[in-house]
Amino acid sequence: MLWKLLVTSMRSYGRLLWGVILFQLAQSIANLYLPALNADLIDKGVARVGPTGLPDPDIAHIWYDGAIMLALSFLQIVCAIAAVYFGAKMAMKVGRDLRAKIFGRVGSFSENEVQKFGAPSLITRTTNDVQQVQMLVLMSATLMISAPFMAIGGVIMALQQDLGLSWIMVVAIPVLLGAVGAVIVRMVPHFRRMQKRIDAINRVLREQLTGIRVVRAFVREPVERERFARANADVTESAFKAGRLMATMFPVVMVILNLSSVAVIWFGAPRIQSGEMQIGALFAFLTYLIQILMAVMMATFLFIMVPRAAVAADRIQEVLGTDSSVVPPAEPVTALAATGTVEFRDVSFSYPGAEKPVLSHLTFTATRGTRTAIVGSTGSGKTTLINLIPRLYDATGGQVLVDGVDVREADLDTLWSRLGLVPQRPYLFSGSVASNLRYGNPDATDAELWDALEVAQAKEFVTEMPEGIETEVSQGGTTVSGGQRQRLSIARALVREPEILIFDDSYSALDTATDARLRAAIRAKVKDVTMIVVAQRVSSIVDADQILVLEAGEIVARGTHAELLKSSETYREIVSTQLRAEDAA
Amino acid sequence: MSERAKDDAPVQRPPQRAHGPFGGMMLPAEKAKDFKGSARRLAGLLGPERVWVALVIVLGAASVALSVTGPKILGNATTVIFEGFRTPDGIDFTRLHTILFWVIGIYLGAALLGWAQGLILNAATQRTVYKLRSRVEDKIHVLPLKYFDEHPRGDLLSRVTNDIDNISQTLQQTLSQLFISVLTVVGVVAMMFSISWQLALIALVSIPLMAVIVMRVAKRSQKMFVAQWKNTGDLNAQIEEMYTGHALVKVFGRHKEVGARFAEKNDELYKASFGAQFVSGIIMPATMFVGNLVYVAIAVVGGIMVAHGTLPLGDIQAFIQYSRQFSQPLAQLGSMANLLQSGVASAERVFELLDADPESADPVFSDAAPAKSPRAHHGELRFENVAFRYVADKPLIHDLSLVAVPGKTVAIVGPTGAGKTTLVNLIMRFYELDAGRITLDGVDIASMTRDDLRARTGMVLQDTWLFEGTIRENILYGRPDATEKEMHAAAEAAYVDRFVHSLPDGYDTVLDDNASNISAGEKQLITIARAFLARPSVLILDEATSSVDTRTELLVQHAMEKLRKDRTSFVIAHRLSTIRDADLILVMEEGAIVEQGTHAQLLKAKGAYSRLYEAQFAAPIDA
Repeated sequence: MLWKLLVTSMRSYGRLLWGVILFQLAQSIANLYLPALNADLIDKGVARVGPTGLPDPDIAHIWYDGAIMLALSFLQIVCAIAAVYFGAKMAMKVGRDLRAKIFGRVGSFSENEVQKFGAPSLITRTTNDVQQVQMLVLMSATLMISAPFMAIGGVIMALQQDLGLSWIMVVAIPVLLGAVGAVIVRMVPHFRRMQKRIDAINRVLREQLTGIRVVRAFVREPVERERFARANADVTESAFKAGRLMATMFPVVMVILNLSSVAVIWFGAPRIQSGEMQIGALFAFLTYLIQILMAVMMATFLFIMVPRAAVAADRIQEVLGTDSSVVPPAEPVTALAATGTVEFRDVSFSYPGAEKPVLSHLTFTATRGTRTAIVGSTGSGKTTLINLIPRLYDATGGQVLVDGVDVREADLDTLWSRLGLVPQRPYLFSGSVASNLRYGNPDATDAELWDALEVAQAKEFVTEMPEGIETEVSQGGTTVSGGQRQRLSIARALVREPEILIFDDSYSALDTATDARLRAAIRAKVKDVTMIVVAQRVSSIVDADQILVLEAGEIVARGTHAELLKSSETYREIVSTQLRAEDAA
Repeated sequence: MSERAKDDAPVQRPPQRAHGPFGGMMLPAEKAKDFKGSARRLAGLLGPERVWVALVIVLGAASVALSVTGPKILGNATTVIFEGFRTPDGIDFTRLHTILFWVIGIYLGAALLGWAQGLILNAATQRTVYKLRSRVEDKIHVLPLKYFDEHPRGDLLSRVTNDIDNISQTLQQTLSQLFISVLTVVGVVAMMFSISWQLALIALVSIPLMAVIVMRVAKRSQKMFVAQWKNTGDLNAQIEEMYTGHALVKVFGRHKEVGARFAEKNDELYKASFGAQFVSGIIMPATMFVGNLVYVAIAVVGGIMVAHGTLPLGDIQAFIQYSRQFSQPLAQLGSMANLLQSGVASAERVFELLDADPESADPVFSDAAPAKSPRAHHGELRFENVAFRYVADKPLIHDLSLVAVPGKTVAIVGPTGAGKTTLVNLIMRFYELDAGRITLDGVDIASMTRDDLRARTGMVLQDTWLFEGTIRENILYGRPDATEKEMHAAAEAAYVDRFVHSLPDGYDTVLDDNASNISAGEKQLITIARAFLARPSVLILDEATSSVDTRTELLVQHAMEKLRKDRTSFVIAHRLSTIRDADLILVMEEGAIVEQGTHAQLLKAKGAYSRLYEAQFAAPIDA
């Protein structure tokens, strides 16, 4: 998964990748050449043996080699910085593109997929998981790519110095690889577990914060503390074990490195004695060996990042590989007759994998200028029905038509432009009251906003706010109460001036007086629209033109309030529970 | 009065910066405001571990000392070879091997000491981090609710997870590295001087050179890192909003604008993080370069010195090894600067949370005078001239008095914003009064412990809150030691039993975050069952039934009648049908009770209640 993701992400950055490889290669070569020059400096300069067999150092040669080494050092830093430049650019571009891809993909999702992943998880995937992959790319580009160059180059250079000692490498490299590998292999499960346990801490804490009132009301702090302590102990345990292995790694690596250098001298000495090897070559060999082992160690260290990045890549790929269950039409119908008609033809809906359908065989028509109300018990499928109109879900059977066109064939933007939705949970975006109201209609004038606020019975409290419609409202904060939020949400839908207004149980947080005034205002001011209303309160819907009584996903009765009172037992039952108040009066 | 002082506490954030539930995640880094103070406190966290930390330092010093002498002795070995090479006698292998055995011993010793040091440090930091997390958790349970109103949830979460993680890493990485690096540099310099002061001086020149480079780069990259994290935060907040309001974004046709805004922010983040990574990425090559310069200088100067016979050859070899050992820790110290700064910034955020004012302490009682109400309490609740405000200059409730008699149901009605929910918050003592007092069975609730008070109060809140777990666990939350039978009874009373039976896993059905397996109304029923099981003497229902359909509600009402016996019940509901049976109806307007009485009395009075009632049945109904 990780590999596939990396390959696809880097496809468009071939040039940057080549830049990284090229410059890393160049700087590795420069780096590798330094010890060779140093060896030359010693053998031909410092330890030169004159024709008489006596030492005869060549100072000029020392300076000459020194100058070349200096030049190489400059070359090396230029190349190294260029490599970092290309590497950072590539990694950050990969990160940016992944974020954009995920964001775009989530945008295409229907509510089904959003529910499946859950918004919090999608957020983490878009930012945190991408961060992991991006860091892996960065570290690979700046550190890992040079490792094989250094290792292979080092081997070649070392072999040029002396073949007879090459067996030390044959032993040392696998031993180091094996030792580091063994530690990492044992570390990976701890890291994996640690990620999961951090998630658990996150979850426990998030529950405590969202439910803080309940926790306190039920005096559950001791239980919560214990739950947290358990999660905390779990994380600590994993972190401790991973840390212990990490603490083991460094000394092990150092011992192997140091023992190898001792071995070089130990076994090199007889070769120098016998004249098979020069003393400068011994130095160079030693330096190369250390360099190679360092490179191997670096590369293996970086592999620690891989498991975490791999988990992240899986999670990203999961999002990218999920297709929206709502597929945009191939040839969208953009010309919708603006009749404002909503028609359900034998519509059924079931959630993927669910046995029982949520909605079955619904047929009804809502026309312009009328109010259609939907009542029914909890779980009868009211919200699901509403969600089919803007194609937040697709019907699994039958057809939903808006303005005479099947919503699956309509251009989505055109379809949505006809609708004004007031969702069950009034969600406000952070920003001012005005920016929230303009959400569906950015060009609305202030006067239009105030009109909508007046109809939504929100004018009064918005006027009292410190900065009127420019007052900032926080997302979930306490600046506006539940009822106020709902009214703002209604005003937002009204500002859109839609043909079809959909209220999903939007009066529940309103007191009865406000509810009544709101309905009166809508009746007076908002004409010529198709209204579809889900409601709990009978009083909110008594004046509807048609009432659909939903039970277990089926329409069990329909008609006006008066008709239903006569014809429907279910409806009478609903009404009687609510109207007992009147009997008492 | 203490309330007012809290209002002025500098914990408020400007609203436009408020992150959503997850807004603050993954953003540990922000420039530390009081770097030194926070760094000192961070170090202070290790106080209880001071013995171990001291041991770590001693072991580290010993380990470094050993590994630093390694190359010097290895250099002796080279000298032996070189001398043997120059003299006709050949190499003295016995001497060579003795030296090499010493080297092996020294390296093994260094590794062992380093290992022990690492293990001890690991244990010490993990213990410290564990304690830090526990302290934050403890703090959360004593903070006033006000604090949670003022701080975005995502930000608090981030402090406990991301910031503490960051601290943990900082402690673990910088602490050991810091010691080792500094000790290594000191040790190496000392060794260099012991070999040749001329060459040592050359190497020493590179220290200020590197320091200047590292400092200049780190200074620039620090700014860029701050920009990177700030942009990550902004982008995260934006993503959070868009994903949470996913359906709205679509239906209101905003996806193109949203996409454009995202692309813009995403690009800003890209630029900032590229800048940060590139600039900070220069540190490594730059220090390596300086290291190489030293290497070249030592090779040349040292070579000439050997040529002139003023230095044994083995010494240059040792010297070169030292110069390598010496530039590496310096580079590490440089790259640690960033890590350390971000760690201290995280510590600052955690300390800020730990320093927040807690709730006023529960009164401490001597054994003689516990302010517990008599055991035979019934739950008589009395408000006496209560005044309260959330925000200093906006009085919400003023001069409110009421009496709720045991066994009776009090319904509170009134328009949105009249202060009904606030009333409940005050009974539960989630907030402290500004004036007046509330008594339960004659005892001022401010003189009771919060636990005692809350153990007698059961509530069902406006927001249904269930935790991730099975339905059974959620119901048992009300009273964990209840028997299975009692749990079933509560579930039946709240009509949870009915729908649970249609679920494949029954009571073991796991409710997750966006539990799509049960509806909003069903969730609410579970919270009602939870309150039933808790068997409180005061019952509070805050719009509890607003998402339950009317048929279910009728059933719940029946069950509640049974439950309300011997209990004082407060019901806040907008539906008159819910409160019709109340023994007392309180009509609230703008934080004061304007009317009270029974349904019939109030209707006759033709006041506020009657207006509300008229509004409900504005349309004629022929029932």
